[in-house]
Amino acid sequence: MRIVVQDTPFDMGAEAEAFANGRHDMGAVVTFTGIVRDFGDGGLDAMEIEHYPGMTRKALETIAEEARTRWSLGDVLVIHRYGRMEPGEKIMMVATAAPHRKDAFEAAEYLMDYLKSRAPFWKKEHATTGETGWVAAKDEDEDALSRW
Amino acid sequence: MDVLYFAWVRERIGLPKEKVTTDAATVADLVAELRAREERYDLAFSDLSALRVAVDQELTDFDASIKDAREVAFFPPMTGG
Repeated sequence: MRIVVQDTPFDMGAEAEAFANGRHDMGAVVTFTGIVRDFGDGGLDAMEIEHYPGMTRKALETIAEEARTRWSLGDVLVIHRYGRMEPGEKIMMVATAAPHRKDAFEAAEYLMDYLKSRAPFWKKEHATTGETGWVAAKDEDEDALSRW
Repeated sequence: MDVLYFAWVRERIGLPKEKVTTDAATVADLVAELRAREERYDLAFSDLSALRVAVDQELTDFDASIKDAREVAFFPPMTGG
């Protein structure tokens, strides 16, 4: 299990390759990468992510460990950035390795659902107009946890 | 104990962290003490349904005990991923 919290960019290709490499007993690797998305009108200048340094790693480890108890997984990778990012930049990624794809897919979805609502990150949008605003948590993100 | 604020809670109160000496038994008691201090605290804590709390870096609820706690953090619902 590898948990990374950093402000610098990461190379999703290199991370996925390193994660998948050399496994002989894992038939499936699933990766998900989250990317800063513009409003669709070019109006987003940047996304700023604040986190709770003392708690973030522990919260991510707890979520990843729970995934390992629920599914048959060989390994889990979580990378999450904080700080300022522009549209198109990668915010975070998760990867799961499992003997079979169902476990790898479901565990990756579980990790994403919990990362959204239970890991101490907060997103603030900076518009090109100079306006800023904290992204509000969505009810459906909270509801998504109930399916697990 | 250390009391930490994140995101708009930090902005509304105007600082990220402060030392608080308190006899409060629960998070809710601590919130009541903070609200009585100044209007900026009162405003920040006016709607507890919009806030989350962690005691010693574990998510918990407002009824939780803070006896022997070293760190209490207040923040809005998280928006990771």
